[in-house]
Amino acid sequence: MYPKSTTVIPVISLQGQNCTGCVTSTLCSEYPAIKNILLDDLLPGVKLDFVFHPTIMTASGNLAMDMLEKAGKERGYVLIIDGAIPAKDDGIYCVTGEKDGKKSTILDEVIEFSRNAMLVIALGTCAAFGGIAAAHPNPTGARGVGDVFLTHEIKVPLINIPGCPPHPDWLFGTITEVLLKGLENVELDDLKRPKTFYGKLIHENCPNRAYFDEGKFAKKLGDKGCLYELGCKGPITYSDCPLRQWNGKTNWVIGCGAPCSGCTQPEFPDFVGDFYDRIIDVETPASLHKAKTPEK
Amino acid sequence: MKKIVIHPITRIEGHLKVEAVVENGVVKDANMSGTMFRGIEMILKGRDPRDAVMITQRICGVCPEPHACAAVTAVDEYAGLTDKIPGNGILLRNLILGTRTVCDNILHFYILSGPDYIDPSKALDYSGSDEDLNSLKRFLEQGYSKPFLPRDEIDYRLDDNVTRTVTGHYIKALDIYRKGQEAATMFGGKWPHDAAIVAGGVTENVTADKIARFIWRLKEISDFVNNIYLPDVIAVARAYNEYLEMGRGCGNLLAYDSYRTGSNGIFKEALFRGGIVTGTSKYSDINIKNITEDVTHSWFKESEPLYPGSGVTEPEAGKPEAYSWIKSPRYDGKVFEVGPVASVLCTYLSKKDPDINKLVDNALAETGGSITNMYSIAGRHLGRVLFSKIITDNLNGWAGALKAGEPTTVGYSPPMDGEGVGLIAAPRGALGHWLKVKEGRIENYQVITPTAWNASPKDKDGQPGPYEQAIIGLKVSDSQAPVEILRAIRSFDPCTACAVHLVTPGGDLKGKYKVV
Repeated sequence: MYPKSTTVIPVISLQGQNCTGCVTSTLCSEYPAIKNILLDDLLPGVKLDFVFHPTIMTASGNLAMDMLEKAGKERGYVLIIDGAIPAKDDGIYCVTGEKDGKKSTILDEVIEFSRNAMLVIALGTCAAFGGIAAAHPNPTGARGVGDVFLTHEIKVPLINIPGCPPHPDWLFGTITEVLLKGLENVELDDLKRPKTFYGKLIHENCPNRAYFDEGKFAKKLGDKGCLYELGCKGPITYSDCPLRQWNGKTNWVIGCGAPCSGCTQPEFPDFVGDFYDRIIDVETPASLHKAKTPEK
Repeated sequence: MKKIVIHPITRIEGHLKVEAVVENGVVKDANMSGTMFRGIEMILKGRDPRDAVMITQRICGVCPEPHACAAVTAVDEYAGLTDKIPGNGILLRNLILGTRTVCDNILHFYILSGPDYIDPSKALDYSGSDEDLNSLKRFLEQGYSKPFLPRDEIDYRLDDNVTRTVTGHYIKALDIYRKGQEAATMFGGKWPHDAAIVAGGVTENVTADKIARFIWRLKEISDFVNNIYLPDVIAVARAYNEYLEMGRGCGNLLAYDSYRTGSNGIFKEALFRGGIVTGTSKYSDINIKNITEDVTHSWFKESEPLYPGSGVTEPEAGKPEAYSWIKSPRYDGKVFEVGPVASVLCTYLSKKDPDINKLVDNALAETGGSITNMYSIAGRHLGRVLFSKIITDNLNGWAGALKAGEPTTVGYSPPMDGEGVGLIAAPRGALGHWLKVKEGRIENYQVITPTAWNASPKDKDGQPGPYEQAIIGLKVSDSQAPVEILRAIRSFDPCTACAVHLVTPGGDLKGKYKVV
């Protein structure tokens, strides 16, 4: 009655300098719910098999390290990395485990376990671009997976799914798109983000757009109006948040009256100004004339 | 004598390692090390004080909302807004912090700790109609096993029927976690990393329909806490009866006032009373000036123990006696444990709210224990579920007290220089943020997280931290699979990204790790 899935895709999750927020976001996937992702087929006949995941796996210590080693020898898995990779001082700022007295860093693991992966997903802005850990003055030399790939000449296919945190749909939607269309047919932007989710500026779909066009700007947080003057990074941030919304469509950042922090962008969190400062002299593809000379 | 090293410790937040020395089946010594760091406090320097609310949430994505609330409390104080925040703003913060805390506690018991006590493979013999359990049964029948296997063979004690019931609750807990986060997101903006919590209040406006939508979501969460989570914790505590004695720790507790409550728009009371408890049941008021951070066994330049408001963080590579990136917070020079159990017991011993005290007494009676047993592996789980239940019992009232259409924030026009402190009860215990502003920018920022208290290394007097004390003296049945050690550590709900975020590393560190 329930035939075993014909295609089983092993998934290895590695965690660098993370806050585990990418994981807690993923846990809140609505459709498919996380219980279905763990127990059922993601698509008919295709099952994700979570062979190594530090937040949910039963095993610890040596047993866990053995699993990782074994899983990494098989080809064809998807490697999901969250958290930044500190590269300074040989990566000593993030030691992920040890076996027989030998310690391994996230830097070692990314290099080693990317090799046999069919696809590497850098989940979250830290893994994609360095994010919070790489914020000025970047004390640990934190960087994204793509940078590590460049330095170490790793040529495995890489997809970035940034966001602080990323929306669960962006992760599972991307995996589904890869399964349905084939990796080579998934359209990515220059920053290796899937266009399905990161194809448009927040500004283009923002429900406050009418306020912006009319020059009606909120003067303090909690007021009605476009939040541009209060630091909204929507005009320079690519994501489908306004349409998709968050957590079962209960809300989203601009929806709750707060300015977008630009968390899917490589500049996050070190934009030209502060979070609550108006973007200055940033050219916006949409409504260029308005964005450059907003009314005070 | 045998040295056990467990690294990674999975099913926690972050990167943690334990090294224990076992002799004749008893742990003689233990060292805890956090092994990842970023330098968040250094990153905060020079930024707009308001940005601390955004940045410090990224210390931890499992418990970002307490960082937002502690940071915003510090910024409010610096900006002179503490008593000007509209009632709606205070209530919304309580609702966001409270709802997310309950989700976090549920996640901890079922998903993070659950596999130490329940055996999901019993679902293979399930014959009922629960769709979740049948999903799991199908999964196992098809030959899948991860992430549940492999595992060490340990003492699963719940009988098969109870095991299956609790396993079903493991799966249901995932749904409840999501639904609870959805409820809180109605006011917080998104999960994780709320955007709505800002200096002066909360940006989300209050409407009648949002209140209604929140309350109906809440009902499902409180049903779960009352009818599933609380009974399950008690069932596990009864099955693992000696765990009400094991892993005692230091025997001192510390908590901060948390969740501002009141009536008629005046919020001067705290739902959970702060304070310290020594000698199991002696309550005293807390004076935060007695908090210091010791660095004797941490990789920082030697200095006298300092108050966090004037704390400095200067790393020293290769310091020979050091073994952790975590400093050792101490109160009056002594070791204190923090956590939900501390909030519950400080409140129990000082406030004497009849409802809360009855709740604690009844739960203890059901497990067959007394106050002394709250200082234990099972006691910490019990403290956590009671903490969750007390919060849950108040969420409805807070939501009902919201005033639709009225302000949720006040304007922000801060002085150029100033200071602020934010102290709250996070899901893992006492959390403190210390902010110093000069010429409008952050000059110094220090955070002492719950896990810094609990996972701290030994101090200048050689006193081990609470985790270490909880492990030392434990009987280990199998040194290859020391589940007792893992149960003890997980009972604290470690959040190591929180504990070691404050490091400002520099120089060559390669030599350092040889010391470990």
